[in-house]
Amino acid sequence: MKKPSWFNVVSLTVGFAFLYIPMIVLVIFSFNESKLVSVWGGFSTKWYGELMQNRAFLDAAWVTLKVGFISSTIATVLGTMAAFVLVRAGRFRGRTLFSGMIYAPLVMPEVITGLSLLLLFIAVGMDRGVSTIVLAHATFSMCYVSVVVSSRMATFDESLEEAALDLGCSPWDAFRSVTLPIIAPAVASGWLLAFTLSLDDLVIASFTAGPSATTLPIKIYSSVRLGVSPEINALSTIIIGLVTIGVLVASITSKRAIQKQKRGELLAEH
Amino acid sequence: MSLARRLLISVPYTWLLALFLVPFLIVLKISLSDYANSIPPYTPTLEVGEGWSGIKEFWSALDFENFVFLTEDALYIKAYWSSLKIAALATFFTLLIGFPFAYGIANAPQEWRPSLLMLIILPFWTSFLIRIYALIGIISNDGFLNQFLMWIGAISDPLVIMNTNLAVYIGIVYTYLPFMVLPIYATLEKLDSSLLEAAQDLGCTRISAFWSVTVHLSKPGVIAGCFLVFIPALGEFVIPSLLGGSRTLMIGKVLWEEFFSNRDWPLASAVAVILLLVLIIPIVLLQRNEQMQREQNK
Repeated sequence: MKKPSWFNVVSLTVGFAFLYIPMIVLVIFSFNESKLVSVWGGFSTKWYGELMQNRAFLDAAWVTLKVGFISSTIATVLGTMAAFVLVRAGRFRGRTLFSGMIYAPLVMPEVITGLSLLLLFIAVGMDRGVSTIVLAHATFSMCYVSVVVSSRMATFDESLEEAALDLGCSPWDAFRSVTLPIIAPAVASGWLLAFTLSLDDLVIASFTAGPSATTLPIKIYSSVRLGVSPEINALSTIIIGLVTIGVLVASITSKRAIQKQKRGELLAEH
Repeated sequence: MSLARRLLISVPYTWLLALFLVPFLIVLKISLSDYANSIPPYTPTLEVGEGWSGIKEFWSALDFENFVFLTEDALYIKAYWSSLKIAALATFFTLLIGFPFAYGIANAPQEWRPSLLMLIILPFWTSFLIRIYALIGIISNDGFLNQFLMWIGAISDPLVIMNTNLAVYIGIVYTYLPFMVLPIYATLEKLDSSLLEAAQDLGCTRISAFWSVTVHLSKPGVIAGCFLVFIPALGEFVIPSLLGGSRTLMIGKVLWEEFFSNRDWPLASAVAVILLLVLIIPIVLLQRNEQMQREQNK
């Protein structure tokens, strides 16, 4: 093993410092006693306490979670179907348009997606609120899900499914007992991606939310415009903590699953 | 065609038609309408309900008024130019930091690489908005950076970074860095280090070997990374709105203000249509790059 050169060590240190110092500073200052965000006034958890009393934030958090759960679940179902269409359905009329509509939202500026959906909701006379945000989020996240799932399906051995059908399974049974377990990790990570995209979205939610529903990013945005506040630091710390735990758990379980699979393959060979 | 197959195709198809394509056509239609001080704030020029006569009337009244206005008012042309400039320069800076970063990971000891990659991906899962917010805590006038520099005595007055274009550059580099690092890492990781040795054996200096082997072979990753940063940066709204100043002109911000502050829906729609036209070129180039990579991998 060759020793890492000084150039590599420096570029990694600079890169990671740049990525992480702002977040570390934010976390540290969320435990600051003083209201001044740049002066350390001693350790305190009082901002977390105040956050828990803040109805507006709690309501927004609840709306955000609700929208995230519903929209990512719809997106996962639609996105998985779309992945099947892309990989398996072969030729049909309008295929080019279909794949175009799957890939276009991935590169579409959020302001355009938001504007176009809002104009649609107004044109059909839909009241804006939680349901319109759900529709908007489900639409752009289904495209991400279908990309994740279809790339997994591209490496999938179709003969397994054919074998199940030959052995007398109905197409639905074959899907449930053969296809689904194989693509399940991709479907799960697609759901997770859709969920985080939904939790994270400010622009599209601002266009489609209307006055009756406020999501957490909308709330954070409007208070950040007024400046840095210790309450937002506390809220951000909670979110960063949850995401870190989630990503670590997900990566450890997927690593375990891969190891288990490898062990199974090794056993099968012997 | 079996019923199940038809159903499988038609459900996501209908969804995307209704919630992706139709909204676009509406944007296109409204961009050709006239502004009116009413609710909704435009007079439709296309009345599909009136059939053929409606379409004929629309055709004769079609004057691309909003688009003409966009080309006549210097503000909008400036906004498009300054978005292109900011996105391009920020992409360049991201590459400048991202390439050595990806190179460092690709050359790190094998057993470290998964953890290092994880550390790159982790911020990507964290909220975009929170990362911008964290950056404000660093670069604002009484932020961490200024406090630190004044404490060590490097400066006596705080540096003004917040609410300038510089803050927008830093914001784009900071938030989009993973998009640059990951595709470059993917190409560097596959690179066969014996090629570098061969180049040196054949008389290349280390630097020229690095240039003609490493840089050359990582080109697809560099191109992909650049477009993955450039495309979203061009239509960015949150970064210029929170980090930029009142003089920072970016088209995403202009669209937002036209819509929410001026309530000029036809003009906002016209801005959106032009932004899309500007984006088509980089999107097509990105796709061609990906196709070439896929063919090479076969």
